[in-house]
Amino acid sequence: MSTRLSSGGRLIDRARTVEYSFNGKRLRGFKGDTLASALLASDQMLVGRSFKYHRPRGIVASGAEEPNALVGLGTGARFEPNQRMTTTELFDGLSSASQNHWPSLEYDVGVLNNAVAKFLPAGFYYKTFIHPRAAWKHVFEPVIRQSAGLGRVPKERDADRYEYFYAHCDLLVVGGGIAGLQAALVAGAAGARVLVLEQTAHWGGRAPVDGVEIDGKPAEAWIKASVQALEKMSNVMLRRRTMASGVYDHGYVLADEKVADHTPGDGRPRHRLWRIRAGRIVTATGAIERPLAFAGNDIPGVMLASAVRDYVVNWAVSPGDRTVVVTNNDDAYRTALALKAAGLQVPAVVDARDRADGALPQAARAAGIRVLTGSAIAKAHGGKRLSGVAICAQGGEGNAVTEEIPCEAVAMSGGWSPVVHLYSHCGGKLSWDEAHAMFRPDAARPPTGADGTGFVFAAGAANGALYVQDVLGDATKATIAALQAAGVAEVETVVPAVKAEVEAPMIPIWVMPQGAGPDLRMKMWLDYQNDVKVSDVQLAAREGYESVEHTKRYTTLGMATDQGKLSNINGLAVLSNALNAPIPEVGTTTFRPPYTPVTIGALAGEARGEIFQPLRRTAIHDWHEAHGVEWEPVGHWRRPYCYKNGAEIASAAVNREVLAVRERVGLLDASTLGKILVKGPDAGRFLDMLYTNMMSNLKPGKCRYGLMCSENGFLMDDGVVARIDEETWLCHTTSGGADRIHGWMEDWLQCEWWDWKVYTANLTEQYTQIAVVGPKARAVLEKLGGIEVSGEEFKFMEWREGTLGGLPARIFRISFSGELSYEIATPAGHGRALWDALLKAGEEFGITPYGTEALHVMRAEKGFIMIGDESDGTVIPQDLNLNWAISKKKEDFLGKRGQERSYLADPGRWKLVGLETLDGTVLPDGAYAVADGFNANGQRNTQGRITSTYWSPTLRKGIAMALVHRGPERMGEVLEFPKPDGSSVKAKICDPVFYDKDGEKQNV
Amino acid sequence: MKRYSVFAIAREAMRHHTGWERAWASPEPKANYDVIIIGAGGHGLATAYYLGKNFGITNVAVIEKGWLGGGNTGRNTTIIRSNYLQDPSAAIYDKALKLYENLSQDLNYNVMFSPRGLLMLAQTHHEVRGYLRTVHANNLQGVATEWIEPAKVKEIVPIINIDGPRYPVLGALWQRRGGTARHDAVAWGYARACSDMGMHILQKTEVTGVRQENGAVTGVETSRGFIGTKKLGIVVAGHSGQVAGMAGFRLPLEAVALQALVSEPIKPCMDVVVMANTVHGYMSQSDKGEMVIGGGTDSFNNFTQRGSFHHIEETLRALVETFPMISRLKMLRQWGGIVDMTGDRSPIISKTPLGNCFINCGWGTGGFKAIPGSGWAMAELMARGHAPLAAEFGLDRFREGRFIDESVAAGVAH
Amino acid sequence: MLILECPYCGVKAEESELAAGGEAHLKRFGAGSTDEDFEGYLFARKNPKGVHFERWRHAYGCGKWFLAARCTATLEVFGTYPAQTAEPPADLVAKIKQKRPEWEGYK
Repeated sequence: MSTRLSSGGRLIDRARTVEYSFNGKRLRGFKGDTLASALLASDQMLVGRSFKYHRPRGIVASGAEEPNALVGLGTGARFEPNQRMTTTELFDGLSSASQNHWPSLEYDVGVLNNAVAKFLPAGFYYKTFIHPRAAWKHVFEPVIRQSAGLGRVPKERDADRYEYFYAHCDLLVVGGGIAGLQAALVAGAAGARVLVLEQTAHWGGRAPVDGVEIDGKPAEAWIKASVQALEKMSNVMLRRRTMASGVYDHGYVLADEKVADHTPGDGRPRHRLWRIRAGRIVTATGAIERPLAFAGNDIPGVMLASAVRDYVVNWAVSPGDRTVVVTNNDDAYRTALALKAAGLQVPAVVDARDRADGALPQAARAAGIRVLTGSAIAKAHGGKRLSGVAICAQGGEGNAVTEEIPCEAVAMSGGWSPVVHLYSHCGGKLSWDEAHAMFRPDAARPPTGADGTGFVFAAGAANGALYVQDVLGDATKATIAALQAAGVAEVETVVPAVKAEVEAPMIPIWVMPQGAGPDLRMKMWLDYQNDVKVSDVQLAAREGYESVEHTKRYTTLGMATDQGKLSNINGLAVLSNALNAPIPEVGTTTFRPPYTPVTIGALAGEARGEIFQPLRRTAIHDWHEAHGVEWEPVGHWRRPYCYKNGAEIASAAVNREVLAVRERVGLLDASTLGKILVKGPDAGRFLDMLYTNMMSNLKPGKCRYGLMCSENGFLMDDGVVARIDEETWLCHTTSGGADRIHGWMEDWLQCEWWDWKVYTANLTEQYTQIAVVGPKARAVLEKLGGIEVSGEEFKFMEWREGTLGGLPARIFRISFSGELSYEIATPAGHGRALWDALLKAGEEFGITPYGTEALHVMRAEKGFIMIGDESDGTVIPQDLNLNWAISKKKEDFLGKRGQERSYLADPGRWKLVGLETLDGTVLPDGAYAVADGFNANGQRNTQGRITSTYWSPTLRKGIAMALVHRGPERMGEVLEFPKPDGSSVKAKICDPVFYDKDGEKQNV
Repeated sequence: MKRYSVFAIAREAMRHHTGWERAWASPEPKANYDVIIIGAGGHGLATAYYLGKNFGITNVAVIEKGWLGGGNTGRNTTIIRSNYLQDPSAAIYDKALKLYENLSQDLNYNVMFSPRGLLMLAQTHHEVRGYLRTVHANNLQGVATEWIEPAKVKEIVPIINIDGPRYPVLGALWQRRGGTARHDAVAWGYARACSDMGMHILQKTEVTGVRQENGAVTGVETSRGFIGTKKLGIVVAGHSGQVAGMAGFRLPLEAVALQALVSEPIKPCMDVVVMANTVHGYMSQSDKGEMVIGGGTDSFNNFTQRGSFHHIEETLRALVETFPMISRLKMLRQWGGIVDMTGDRSPIISKTPLGNCFINCGWGTGGFKAIPGSGWAMAELMARGHAPLAAEFGLDRFREGRFIDESVAAGVAH
Repeated sequence: MLILECPYCGVKAEESELAAGGEAHLKRFGAGSTDEDFEGYLFARKNPKGVHFERWRHAYGCGKWFLAARCTATLEVFGTYPAQTAEPPADLVAKIKQKRPEWEGYK
């Protein structure tokens, strides 16, 4: 059984007990434990179940590479599935539960899959469940889905908050091991702005565990001194618990800082997402040990040799009284020695190499450890925990077992793979290193940045410097190169001497024993979580899934939550053997961000709920809010859709508002309307290009309705233009179009007609604009006093400037409702005062605020088009009978050439008409009028569609606008509009102007 | 070809699965073919398949620079739907959907087509009107869709937040027949079936030139030498411009990045596909349990298969707002594809200035769902010179101004 | 996440401050142009995998449009320059040619 040792543990504080729970069981650990170390100390060897076969799974690793030890962490609104135990710091009250089993971790019925595993090889689902067709949908797929998936589903809204942090630096150092610290020391001394990120809670990485001496002292002392030195440098910033998750183009890096994962609910943001722009990046991200592929290598108790060492040295955890070490390299002997030093037994080191004569094997022998060279594990025994291993020769087929060794743990090492993820994210290339059987960054083909030069420099083990003696020198070299690339010329360096046992070369071992037959290969796991075995990769190769990407996708190798950190290279090697092609030719799959999974809440940041997007408010927003408003989002604005009186429903409110305007007077907050000032000697000429009609001949003091089209000829915006003076025009746009149209104007002015003297300013937010509309509108304005508003003095389609009720005002006499109407603009600071004054002045006339829906109903009653309803990006002004607003005199305007193209000039286009039902009901929105027959693809032919449809409270009947094939020539014809329910409605084509056809009301 | 079935698996299990054949052959190129398709993605392979199946043309090579299915076929979010507004789009996407419904049986390869239903949320009044229009249009196109109210949305998707403070859900366009499929399997299934008909799939073979005489293609130069052909089909998505350049004509295309991501796998929690176009995000759950997430495209020409993070940020923000429970899931992997966008964001299936050369490209963000329909139409166009499904998607429409614009109903067109 | 230096205000702008505007140096064809010229102007795009000239607006900065020479295959930025020109500056073209000898030059 695994237990806590009575002494030792460099990271734990035995004086501080921490209480936590696992699967409802209350347990104790120490401060400094990870959930993994604490559970191992409590003999929890079985911690989860695999994805496909539901096989028992134990802890394999001690860090971010862990594929098995995943839990659901926390409860309720702080529940998070798939948390790695190995990177979860223990805290008081931590609650965890294992995953992917039913009814319990110990007794999981899903393990039936394991019993029939030989019927479920890689890709079996592509070959079956094909017949009968319905069974896939109703039986097979639901069963597959239910048995797949890992963690439980969070049910509640996240209780935590997340924040962003923006940082800029000359040099980003990723990794706080000795390579990273050396890089920071070099760069810090050179005066560069340095940011150092370490994903764990501790500085120093593996060196303290491996018994390294630096500058004649234990590594720990050098690490401490280095961190202290760095903390004193004002140009260096250090962050622990911060994982650099991805490198993006032009030196952009994301990093996830776990601020309060270990102190949940303390009020701080849970994570902080660092958004970094780095001049250059040094990746000192270390290396990850590889498992060995032997039969039964997935039984709980089989662990990485480095992990076993970490648990013993860092957390004083014994994986069992007897640990067999199995290796193809010298480094694993450090684990044997560490176990021995902790008073534990190492029955044997099983070394696949024929010779093991290096300093470390010699030290092991000297410590009384038996070393079996040329040997392999033929098979590991056990179910939910390991009971022993069978030993054989590495060279054979594994049938001749030389020895059975009972043991509780196996510490395996298949060599090391540099962590090249960050180097690769942005296109950095790797080269194959035969000596260490690993891919390492190719410094000649780095990821390149904005200037075309490399911006990521790998350092230390991450660069393939696997022998610790080489690490600081390599890190120094990488840092100097990075600094020089960043333009820092003067760099002084001191490379401390590193002392450690010299390691003899490793040999690559991809399958153990070498000649293992199919029975053993079916038990050799490559991907522990996804249950991909050596036999699966070989099957994929046999079936022609030869590309490494095919093999990955066919077998799901490396697609688990660890993204193949342990399995990819082993799988690749098995594939290359199966294809008889060298490993570098087979290549790797693509490394993609993030390095380890990042909480989605952290990526989404603080923008949630009300602040999900910016909210634009008019000066009158608060008044609306206090008066029963129903909002409608329009871009980032909110506009009142209507105002509800008490329990009134929206449609009733709209009808009331319409009638109030038609009979008395209404008030509309039109502030969101775009207002763009266009000024300069060439402004008239410019607007003539922009609008379909002529604007240069508009007289100061007058207004004109205008249309804008895209170069394709399609209608894109409309609005009233007022000429302010000889050189100045004020262009009104739709609410949603203001920014776009301003950008559009600037585009043409800056990029096409840059010699034209025109200046534009988007004044949309500078003015509040209020429409006073209805027969009593003039009376309300007269009561306020100021600008003369009599019909003789101030005619329709004119504007005046002055004061109104003592407030500065520019009044436009324009109408979108057909009523007598004044739109009053005042500087936004006076907006609310003007609104209040108008309400007060209008009180005796029954003034009624109205919203966008009443506005829409009234414009439809008048047959006025609405951008976005009658136009949809495919409609030209001619379709809307707006030829009167298209100048025939102008040589050119934007969209003119586009409208001359054959499809747009076709007289058979659908054109605007009005529609009324025969019985006065409201036509369905969006309905199409059918024509006879079907097209070549069997679709029903159509001849028109409804663009707007409303109940008109004024006319007390349904009215609609529609685009109909040759519509205006077909007045009085009846069209049929089928509904999805199978019924249909008939409607008669009529004039789209339903109300006040002669336009007398707006002219009074 | 040995057929796949549960019995075949049982038989193979008894001999450690050593008897499985290659899914597709890896032949040496012949000197001449009747048809060469450049591009062994879903669209190229489907074109070859229907040339064989519908027209008996099997002397066909599909030439692929990398590995088959390695472009956008293998890096999309696997959504299948046909609830398009415009008639030509609805026709070809619905043809594709119908073919998907029987594709596993047709190919004897389980592509895991999962007609779980697809929702497009309406979160503004404008969107409500757009989708009501779509429902009416679909009804006449023979595409079954319906408009559903917010309460029904919540019933179908219990994890959704329908009353968010900024963009409450006002209803949704619901296509029951929509869903997802296993993207790689679509390419593999077609490849296996093509290979079975004797067609040659030439992987790791790069086309370096298009040889022509008298306005017609005579063959292609490749990294494995010249290969002659009577007809050429170019079906290379993001690299269409490059190949068309070799053939001497230009295309109205721009290549931009489209990004997607998956979460770590969790137990089933959402049985439909949900698209929220106002806030730019969509999500479904894979059979493995991952939440598969996508959003809008990046904005600049880009051939790197990488995108910019702020688009991911916007997408996730939108989806956390729509599905608050995903906040505590983790992003497992993000990636990008190169999508080729045309002037009206609709595809091109067309003849070209070269008489015997045809092009299929411009699928933008909507390619995967179209694969069977696109292959069907392209095969007919190549075999007969005319195909009703492809008729409206010709290159000439830009000159005529005859757009097929899907953005008029929804902000995005995937 | 690109960084482009705005040639007007000198700010090294984050991509999120900028709005992309497509291919640069398109010649406008308006009323009276041939079908072919007009179609080319609106739709034909070079879309190169390599050196590309394109339009950007410093939309959330100084508001100016500017042009950039960028590689679409590596995202290397060769330079930015004001929009008021019909073709790329000669020194920039020379610089690109030096870095990318295989580049066919601006056409």
